Amino acid sequence: MKSYHYIFLLFLLVSCGSEENNEEEYTPKYVDLEIPTLFQEKLIAPLIPADNPLTEEGISLGKKLFFDPILSQDNSMSCSSCHHPENSFTDTTKFSEGVDGNLGIRNSMPLFNLAWNFDERFAWDGKEFGLETQALEPVTNALEMHSDWTDVVNKLQEHAEYPTLFKQAFGITTINSTYVTKAIAQFERTLISANSKFDQYLLGQTVLYENELNGLTVFLSEEKGDCFHCHGNENEPLWTDNDFHNNGLDTNFTDLGLGSVTGDPNDNGKFKSPSLRNLVFTAPYMHDGRFETLDEVIDHYSEGLQRSATIDPLMKQIDQGGVNLSQTDKADLKAFLLTLSDYEFINNTNFQE
Amino acid sequence: MKKITVLILAISCLIIASCSSNDDEFAKNTSITINFNHTWEDEEVTSEDFDELKFENENGETLSIERLRYLISNIYLENESGTVTELTDYILVNLGDEENLTFSSENLLLNGTYNLYFTFGFSDEENYVEDGYTDLNTESFGVPSTLGGGYHYMQFDGKFLDDTDTETGFNYHAIRATNVMSITSDDDLIETDTSFEVDLGEIYIENNTVTIEVEMDIAEWFTDTNTWDLNTLHQMLMPNYDAQIMINENGASVFSLVEESEED
Ligand code: HEC
Ligand code: HEC
Repeated sequence: MKSYHYIFLLFLLVSCGSEENNEEEYTPKYVDLEIPTLFQEKLIAPLIPADNPLTEEGISLGKKLFFDPILSQDNSMSCSSCHHPENSFTDTTKFSEGVDGNLGIRNSMPLFNLAWNFDERFAWDGKEFGLETQALEPVTNALEMHSDWTDVVNKLQEHAEYPTLFKQAFGITTINSTYVTKAIAQFERTLISANSKFDQYLLGQTVLYENELNGLTVFLSEEKGDCFHCHGNENEPLWTDNDFHNNGLDTNFTDLGLGSVTGDPNDNGKFKSPSLRNLVFTAPYMHDGRFETLDEVIDHYSEGLQRSATIDPLMKQIDQGGVNLSQTDKADLKAFLLTLSDYEFINNTNFQE
Repeated sequence: MKKITVLILAISCLIIASCSSNDDEFAKNTSITINFNHTWEDEEVTSEDFDELKFENENGETLSIERLRYLISNIYLENESGTVTELTDYILVNLGDEENLTFSSENLLLNGTYNLYFTFGFSDEENYVEDGYTDLNTESFGVPSTLGGGYHYMQFDGKFLDDTDTETGFNYHAIRATNVMSITSDDDLIETDTSFEVDLGEIYIENNTVTIEVEMDIAEWFTDTNTWDLNTLHQMLMPNYDAQIMINENGASVFSLVEESEED
């Protein structure tokens, strides 16, 4: 019996000792994501993977990496080169130039509220599963940062600050791509946009003009915009269903979208419904940046619909190009869409270099 | 030590006693699984059948299914003496997602005969709870306040060949019926709860695991009571009060209990 006690004591000592050791090296501060009131009231809790909890050290490391050109081949380009904070984390060109000066094939995407994408299918065609996995891709993509991970990891390992930062965030001394992407994903999950004029209106903090209210009605009417089935309503503050649809842009597809990922021809021409928050900062629009203005987007839905086998059944009167909204309804719809702009988000210094 | 022995003995006695006691007298843990099956008349329908113009409705229109999601609420069992056991408050069934075609619950039940009921959609009482339902909001299943608020009962979307043989979208969406979009004064407002309770009939519980197969015959949405004409009623049905009443009438014959199986 006595010997058992000793062993137990020894065990305790050993475990205490190792804890002390850890304390010096690896005690990141866990962070609870601050969830905006509206999201708390209307949506289920955001998705934070159990193997990558948010920590102060992880988030700040992720932010540093996001803005650091060290991730690219010639140290000239960071994630933020195509995802500018002032543009709600997208850029202003149709396609973005990579390190070699070649253009990509799709419009860059704004980044916010990503922890509420519960299917975790990212990119226009859903080809990236999970934020951690997604962050691997741009680093090696020949049309983007065109680097390779061995190179990147070596540069980070030899850097004056990164080894310490990785140790503080994850308790590791050998940096690898998994931890780089974990840190970036942590930072990305903190990019929450929930303070637009419309959010304030819902919270009773401001009022909308009559044209904005009429625009909302157009958005929510099945006979008019019928935008809500894919882009949400006043109780669905993400303003996207995070699902894939063909919204009638083309008759023939040069980019198969979801179809190229699933291999199912019934998915050809389907792309992710983008959130309609922050449109004022994110032009041009659509997966290929074909529309420069919101007027063009609205004209598309109103009279520009193109028939194809996979066009969404929600699209109406395709032979007339759509439901042909009146000029007033179009202008009001645009005014409403602009109330979803969150200036606090793009000015938030936590999200800037 | 002795005390422990006595205790163990006592516990074993208890266990033995409960095991040997008559099953009919004690409620026991029963695991109930309800599977939602879908057919077009007698043919099974799964998401594999999506996107193909392969079904023909009563009115003779050829159609395809691209999406079918619906809300089932207040699933409960009632025994012969009228005691009610609720199995769940609501579930969102999604034919496009295999994970959302089955529902399980654990319940304390006596052996015996029960009647199974559920509601298609939400009754007004459940549809208009103050804070709504965060999971249904996240699933984009809500109805905008301008269309009466609350939640969809069903979103059934696809395409059909119209009178001119043109592929045309249909959105057979069921919600609480209201004329709110077409009235000019508040006095004319009519709102009718078009959710409906389905009486699936008797099931017999005598084992610990019960599996119930419920079936939705999708073809029934287009017939009985009303032969549905997609040429006139294919889109913009949400603000259409009369269409919602017709959907409600046709829904009565859509669900049935096909099979119940039990194992220990
Ligand atoms: C050269 C421009 C460029 C660079 C550099 C770049 N991106 Fe992107 N990003 C894009 C484009 C274009 C897309 C859309 C890709 C697609 O759909 O194929 C995208 C999509 C994304 C998405 C998906 C968003 C969503 O809602 O689905 C995330 C997340 C993202 N990028 C993060 C990053 C991170 C992290 C980095 C740095 C490691 C990075 N990007 C570097 C251009 C870029
Ligand atoms: C069937 C679903 C669906 C409906 C209904 C719908 N959209 Fe979209 N919307 C999409 C999809 C999918 C895209 C992206 C398409 C692409 O890039 O190929 C999109 C893109 C957009 C964009 C571009 C955003 C960006 O960041 O590039 C805007 C703006 C937009 N929609 C507004 C509207 C408005 C306004 C309505 C109603 C008139 C509407 N949508 C109706 C699915 C839909």
